[in-house]
Parts: sequence; structure tokens; C-alpha cells
Amino acid sequence: MFTRFGWLSALAAVALCATAADARAELNVITTTEDLASIAREVGGDKIKVESLARGYQDPHFVEAKPSFVLKLNKAQLLIVVGRDLEIGWLPPLITQSRNARIQPGADGYLDASLAAKILELPTGQITRAMGDVHPLGNPHYWLDPENGKRIAKEIQGKLTQFDVGNSAYYTQREADVERRIDEAMKRWKAAMAPYKGLKVVTYHRSWPNFCDAFGIDVIAYIEPKPGIPPTPQHTLDVIQAMKAQNVKIIMVEPYFDLKTPNAIGAATGAKVLVMPPSVGGVKEVADYFKLFDYDINLLISTIKQMEAK
Amino acid sequence: MLHSVRVSHVIAVLLAGISMSVPASAQNAAAQDGAPQQPPSAQSAADLRAEVERLRREFETVRDTYGARLSSLEAKIAVIEGAAQPAPVAPLPAAPPTPTAPATPPTEAPVPATQQAGAGVQVPPGAAGAGGPAGSLPVYGNVTALSKIFNPDMAVIGNFIGAAGKNDINPASAFRLNEAEMSFQAIVDPYARADFFLSASPEGLEIEEGFITFPTLPGGLLMKVGKMKAQFGKVNTMHSHVLPWVDTPLPMVNLLGGDEGLNDSGISVSKLILNPFLFLEATGEVYNGDNTLFKSHTRSDLAYVGRLRGYRDVTEGTNVDLGTSFTYGHNDAGPDFTTKVFGVDATVRYRPLRRAIYRRFIGRTELFWSRRQQEPVQANAFGAYVSGEYQFAQRWFAGARYDWSDRAKDPSLRDKAGSLLLTYWPSEFGQIRGQFRRTAYAEGVNANELLFQFLFSIGAHGAHVF
Repeated sequence: MFTRFGWLSALAAVALCATAADARAELNVITTTEDLASIAREVGGDKIKVESLARGYQDPHFVEAKPSFVLKLNKAQLLIVVGRDLEIGWLPPLITQSRNARIQPGADGYLDASLAAKILELPTGQITRAMGDVHPLGNPHYWLDPENGKRIAKEIQGKLTQFDVGNSAYYTQREADVERRIDEAMKRWKAAMAPYKGLKVVTYHRSWPNFCDAFGIDVIAYIEPKPGIPPTPQHTLDVIQAMKAQNVKIIMVEPYFDLKTPNAIGAATGAKVLVMPPSVGGVKEVADYFKLFDYDINLLISTIKQMEAK
Repeated sequence: MLHSVRVSHVIAVLLAGISMSVPASAQNAAAQDGAPQQPPSAQSAADLRAEVERLRREFETVRDTYGARLSSLEAKIAVIEGAAQPAPVAPLPAAPPTPTAPATPPTEAPVPATQQAGAGVQVPPGAAGAGGPAGSLPVYGNVTALSKIFNPDMAVIGNFIGAAGKNDINPASAFRLNEAEMSFQAIVDPYARADFFLSASPEGLEIEEGFITFPTLPGGLLMKVGKMKAQFGKVNTMHSHVLPWVDTPLPMVNLLGGDEGLNDSGISVSKLILNPFLFLEATGEVYNGDNTLFKSHTRSDLAYVGRLRGYRDVTEGTNVDLGTSFTYGHNDAGPDFTTKVFGVDATVRYRPLRRAIYRRFIGRTELFWSRRQQEPVQANAFGAYVSGEYQFAQRWFAGARYDWSDRAKDPSLRDKAGSLLLTYWPSEFGQIRGQFRRTAYAEGVNANELLFQFLFSIGAHGAHVF
């Protein structure tokens, strides 16, 4: 009897120490992508420690479920995912292997950042794999609309407050600041893009609907014939024809795709191939969520200006 | 005297307390029992009104949701009728959130479908909120209809194998649908998930695997219970459709119980050994001990598997994976005879992050030492394979393998084989593979064969462990 009591009190002491340690240390947050990490960093400031599993220059659909990620998830108190099945090919087994009850789907430490976001391309009818690697839950690249950035920030703030009530005022204030800064930057970005409203472009993958929606860009074709299906000669010819017919001069390519086909199309149509990062960390200069839009919009505008000058 | 007075005083107080509390609780019980018979007071009338109001609101939400769906359908019909006139779709997306949605979707109306659809011809006409899931989403599978929400993820993988050439020792059919693997995977409850893999083959239907996983046990343990592939080495843990070859290497066939490998009913527990240097995982398993490798003569003749795995990232695109495994159980030579197998495996992977979908290399070797007790003396057999696979384009892989193995019951017989492979992926859900294999059997017979394989997957198959 006494030994059992001794065990219990030892356990209780350990548990107490653990919680005490948790309370002192900064909250350990793991995100699946660098975009979410950047937004979380903006909201959480120095009260949280954030790390992303995928790199910004990596195709987020095809991340390897490395055991080193298991170690990171094992220690995480909060896991923030993009959701909408973006990580379906690699995250579920990592979570199962993490031995971490806090971040299992449905647990308090699991946050799907897409729940409040505006999601485009939600399929309504019957979907089949004949459509390629289609996302049944809508296009998962929703962070590329700064308005969604605000919604993600709000979600993260809610979650951080739930974990760390003591600092709720801090998170609320920082989140409000993020929204204010996004609003300000949005005015700037929109003003910069305003003269080019209705700009027609071609993109490699279907990564940009939210971006194009936010800044008035019109994607007339994709280099992939269907999501996840590599370019075929016939489709490439179709794209070239469509680009010539509509006088499209810009091809946007994510940094993780091969440039061979885009360059060939560029050569055939006189269009410029832009390597546009869809994520924070996609290129070195894009160090945070704000710089992502700064970079992409600057790249677009400077390219258009160059072509106009010619 | 004084002392006894105090004691009696205390007793009196206690008694008084009890006598008061007993009627009180009796009254409570009476009140609870009697409640339904009492006429509705003003309080319960208000409750009733509130309840009616709540139901009315709920009904309205449901009505609105279905109204939105109806208008979505009407819009679709309009689209079909008005051929290439998607404009009518535009006004509908202002559908209200479904009542179950925990998060409020953005207040502004989502982009009209015209703009989305304008982006490309293949886009299915989409509209946020119009029947699409809005609430908390399960991690696995698709939820296109409410009736499917709690269904497990289901997939069927067909594995069609053809063979050409001559093989007198181990002749395979010219064509054979070797396996149709059906998988059913879902989260059971907040504490567990379950995975079932049924394998239908020309020999019949069998449970390839069926286990429950408890990922959140105290002490950082991961426990699996059921029938499963034992955590012995690498190849033994893989399903046939993820192997980089059409066949299984010789040491698996000769020393680890045939094509199916070590696969049995039991319990598996694994633990991460946390340290600052590398990923280290220890696994201990106990099995029934009756399978193609072991034979259980009495109930206590269990089989055991132990494994220690280390993994480390060398660079962001390169990593090394090392493991050592051990298994022990009784064999079919007799009740007192046991078989032990030791294994060592090493894997080197290279996959540059920026070009992850175009380039990768996996080099792997596994070594097996078998110690089988039998008459007249213990048989000590060795087998191994070395394999490499290189992805040279988005859909193309080339590979090579060399494997050799003694036979477990007669180590003086050693089979050797060499293979060259070419694999093409039309998509992530299909695979076509050719394998040229030259086998030198211990009997002195050589076999040159061309094996080819079509793998095709439908449904939602869960991601595989690395």
C-alpha cells in the first residue's frame, strides 16, 4: 500500500515537474510548411519556438516521411498543418510514429490552418483520379492570398491562447499587429498590381489560384496537363497555341519543377519564364510571409516592365 | 472525564449530521423521481419554448443548407443547358456554413466559380460551401458524401505479374494476377487507429495484415496488436507493391519463410530512444510462432522478434538508415528444435529536395544469418542482397540487384541471382516494371527470365512508413 502511494506521489511529482518545465519554456511548435512557421512566428513572437518540417523550395506534396521528423514531432506541443490533404502522402505515418498524444489528429495540439481560410476549387461533383492528382478538399495552396494569411494568424492566435492563457494579451496584440501589417502591405501590393489587372499567365502546377484571385491575375493554362501529371507533347503544343492566341508573355514556375518544358514553351512563344516561390524559403530572399508577396509581385512587375521597355 | 465528554460530543455532532443528511438526500431522490409527474412549471415552459426555438433554428439551417445545394444543382443544370455559359453559377456560392462547422468561414462571398473555372478547362465547377466539407476534417481520405465520413479509407491494389523464359526449379505462371490487396484504414477512436490488408490471390483470400495501433501510450511506447509483418529488416516489413523489384530476394525466400516472409499474429511494442545524435528505435515483438518460418508445437512455443534501428540525416537530401534484427522460435524439425535468424540492414538514400520529384537514389543491403537446429547437426546458413535504384526522370527508375543465399535446411546449397530493372510510373497510382533475372540454382540449373509487372491502385491508400 505504502509503495503504491510512493509510486503515485513520484509520478505526480514527475508530472508536476513536467508541467512546470513546460510552463517556463517557450511553446514548441512544429509546422508542416515554412509559410505557417512564418505566420506562427509573427503571432507567437519570443514566447514560442517554431520549426517547419518541409523547406520552402520543396514540393509540399512530396516530402519524405523521414524518421528525423518523427523526433521533431515527438517533442512538439503544437502541430500546425496546411490541411486539405496537402500532406496526406507523408504526414499521417509521422504523426502515428511520433508517440506524442498531444498532436494526434483531433487532439488539442493539432491545428488544421485551413479551417477558417477561403478555399478555392472545391470540387462539387463526382471526382475521379482521371482528373489527375486532384484535391477533393479544395486547392491547398490557400496561403498565397494574404487575406488567408490573416485568417491563419487568427487561428494560430486562438490556439496559442488556449495553450498559454498567461500570454493571451501578448498573442492578441501581436495578431492584431500582423493583421494591420498585412492590410497595409495589401494596399501596397494591390496598388502595384492594379495597372496589370487581368494579366494573363501560364503556371506549371495549380499552385496559384488564391494568389491570382487576390491580385487580379488570369491563369489561362497549366504546363501540367492535369495536376501531378508531367507535361505531354500534345498538351505543350496546346499551351503554346493558347498562349499565342491570347498573347500571354509570362510563365510562372514553382522552384521545384523542371524548367525544360517551360523554357521550350518560352522559346516558342517569346514568353518569359519566372521561377516564382509559392512558399517562404522558396528562394533565399523570401525570409518571411511578407517578403513572399514582396518578392513575387516585384518579380512579376519588373518582368512586365522589362518586356514593355523592349 | 473531560476527554470522554469531548468524544461523546463529537459522536453526537456526527450523528446529528448524518440524521440531517439522510432525509435531505432522500428528499432529493424523491424530488428527482417525482419530477416527471409534476405539471410543467413556468421554468420548464420557458425551457420548452427555448427548445422549440432551437429546433426551429436548426430546421432553418438545414433548410438553408439544402436550399444552397439545390441552387447549386440548378446552377449546374443551367451550365449544362447554357453550354459554355458558366455565368449562372456565379451567384450561388454564398451558401451558409453548415451547422457543424466549428470555424466560421470568411464572411465575404467566395470567388464566383466563373473565375476559378476560367483558370483552366479541367477545373471541376467548384464553389466554396456548396456541399464541400467545411468543418473539422479527418486526416485520411476523402469526404465527398456524408454517408462516407466514417467509412475507412479503402483501396485495392492489383499486382499482375508475367514471366517469360525458362525456370525448371521455380516455374511461375506466364500471366498471373498475383495479388489483389485490399486495404481498410481508419482512426478507431482518440486512442488508436486500425489497418487491415486483405490479400486475395489465386490461392485464396487471406489476412495479410490486420492490426490496431496505439500511438499514444504512456512512456512513449507505440503498440501494435494483431496480425502483421514482423519488424525484421527492411524487405520483410514491406508490402509487395512497394518493393523495388517484381520478386523477393533469395535470402527472404530461403531463410525468412518464403515470399510472404515473417508474418504472424502477435504484439509489437516499440520505443524511441531519445538522444541528441540520431533517431534510435527499439522494437520488441512476440508472435504466436506458427508461420512459414516457425512451428509452434505447444501454446508456449512463441516466436520473438527484436530490432534496433538507427537513422541519421547526413545532409538535407542524404540519409543513412541502419538496423539490426533478431528472431527466435521453434521449427518444424521437432518440439525441441529452434531457429534463430540474425539480420543486418543498411540503406543509403539520396533525394535532393529541390528536385525531389525527378531524382532519387536508394542503395540497400541486407544480410541474414540463419541458425536452424535440426537432425543431425545445426544448419548455419547465410544469405544477402545488394540493391540499387536510381530515378532518372519524373516517371522512370532503373535498378539492379544481386542476391545470394544458402538454403536454410541445407546450407551446402547456395542459389545466386542477378537482376536488372526498369520501372515506369504513368502516375502515382500505376506502375509498370520489367525485370531481367538470371538465377543460378544450387542444383546447377541456370534460369534466365524476364518478369514484368503491372501495379495499379484505386481508392485511398494510406501513406507508407519511411
